[in-house]
Amino acid sequence: MEALYAVTVGMLTACSIYLILRGRSFPIVIGITMLSYAVNLFLFSTGRLVLNQLPIIGNQSEYTDPLPQALVLTAIVIGFAMTAYSIILAVRVRGELGTDEVNEPNQNDGEAQR
Amino acid sequence: MLSQHLVILPLLIPMLAALLQLLPWGDEPQRYRRAIGMTSCVALIAVAILLLLQSQHGPSVYALGSWQAPYGIVIVADKLSALMVLLTALLALPVLWYACYGEDNLGSHFQALFQFQLLGILGAFLTGDLFNLFVFFEILLISSYALLMHGGGKQKLRATLHYVLLNLTGSAIFLIALGVIYGITGTLNMADLAHKVASLQADDAHIARVGGLLLLIVFALKAALLPLYFWLPQAYAMTTGTVAALFAIMTKVGIYAIIRVFTLIFGDDSGAAALLGYEWLWWLGLGTLAIGALGVIGSRDLRLVIAYLVVISVGTMLTTFSMNSERSITAVMYYMLHSTFITAALFLIVDVVAKQRGKTASRIVKGRKMAQHAILGMMFFAAAIAIIGMPPFSGFIGKLFILEAARTGAQVALLWPLVLGSTFLVMISLSRAGSRMFWHTFDGKPGDVSHPTGQLVAIGLLLLAIIGLTIFAGSISTFINGIAYDVMHPASYIEAVLGEGYSNE
Repeated sequence: MEALYAVTVGMLTACSIYLILRGRSFPIVIGITMLSYAVNLFLFSTGRLVLNQLPIIGNQSEYTDPLPQALVLTAIVIGFAMTAYSIILAVRVRGELGTDEVNEPNQNDGEAQR
Repeated sequence: MLSQHLVILPLLIPMLAALLQLLPWGDEPQRYRRAIGMTSCVALIAVAILLLLQSQHGPSVYALGSWQAPYGIVIVADKLSALMVLLTALLALPVLWYACYGEDNLGSHFQALFQFQLLGILGAFLTGDLFNLFVFFEILLISSYALLMHGGGKQKLRATLHYVLLNLTGSAIFLIALGVIYGITGTLNMADLAHKVASLQADDAHIARVGGLLLLIVFALKAALLPLYFWLPQAYAMTTGTVAALFAIMTKVGIYAIIRVFTLIFGDDSGAAALLGYEWLWWLGLGTLAIGALGVIGSRDLRLVIAYLVVISVGTMLTTFSMNSERSITAVMYYMLHSTFITAALFLIVDVVAKQRGKTASRIVKGRKMAQHAILGMMFFAAAIAIIGMPPFSGFIGKLFILEAARTGAQVALLWPLVLGSTFLVMISLSRAGSRMFWHTFDGKPGDVSHPTGQLVAIGLLLLAIIGLTIFAGSISTFINGIAYDVMHPASYIEAVLGEGYSNE
């Protein structure tokens, strides 16, 4: 189970890094969303992967750590808001600048105007 | 009663103020919102002063919901945090005052965003828990995303997009770092971490070091250290003057986080993970200093020059910090106070200058005379002297402390030429800008845009802070020395958070 979990997180991270390195805002936003999935899965696993146990100490010999679950929940909420903001921003950029390229298509022109 | 809950007040005041400002206030909402905002800023200063006095008797710890550390989240105000809170409050008041003369009408909810921004910054300074630090970073970031866009415009959009995307990636790395550290130590309370990390062995210590270095990447992104500073000049130069002035404290949040985490958790006595990343900070800091100086001399827009001055100050502070002595931390803290006020003042001055010059704005070219030429010229002159680091202002004293902090031959050989060389380049650049914009003006009648006295007084207050830092340099440095001692000997902080005898467990 650990190996499968680790490979999943690794694959998600690798794909997201590839997408984040693209030059247009849409793949980047998708990449960042994917990265946040990978991060959430990773955070969840930091309490060790335990099956079918209660998050209570003392009742049984094995227990699952409740704190990473709380952390993941917080991270999901924050990530959700951030994703929403970045999508709106990307749409605004597309609308106002007429292109979804993250860098100015012609850098030198911008420099000369300043 | 009050003293017991004093620690939480710097978070409650801006949060309540922001929530009140979001209410519908009838026909003229801005009047009420401004009043609420100014009241909040004044109250913050009062609370910050009380907090600073209280922190003299040792760190005050506030356990939220009475959940004791390390299980619950604690808010800790030691001397370092209390000083940063006071610095933020003292910066916020003049900046908000300046903004209240119409700048806040450029976009909706400026006032509430300003308070939320303060909430995030103050929270980052006060929290004693790493995950909580992440949460306050996000509060600070999401308000800064909106504030950067304040006023709109195409140039701002692109700079904001870069800033947002970089920081979203930074947040993901922050979470990975927290996961790594939690997975190894089982805690995220900073004081508890200090213990647990120090007792890690072999492989576990290596993983903790990985987590620590990931944290360093995140904080370096916030502080704008060398490979991660590219977002800063554009973002700061494109946004409005008020927002840039408030953001003078933002890079300091990153520097504060580095100082806090890398002295407390990865400091001298952290066993296998001791002095993690100090070498990186030294070299990258020096690089940042050099790049910033080149940026200053190469910029053709005064806003961009000041944005690169921020980069220089970051490089100076982190290099000095990496020398890891009480003396160097004293130097960093003094320089931090100085550079926050002076950068904010310069951003506001340039904002006024750009508006009064009209078409040429803040570009360093010959332009028309300004309506309030003399007073602006005097302010720019004083601010330039202070930030260059010439006597008589605090920049000189700050640089002196930094040069004094270099002890060994290698440190002197690298730090002195770079600090003095960058000072020289800044002097050339600012005197070129000053003479072109204030002396070589076109003949004829001056521009007709003039600013109300209130806005100039707000800038004057920031300059007054610089003069205060200069006059009371002796007592302030003695006080900061006490902070540096506490930072280098974190035992009292750990004891205050975890209670006595915890270390024996």
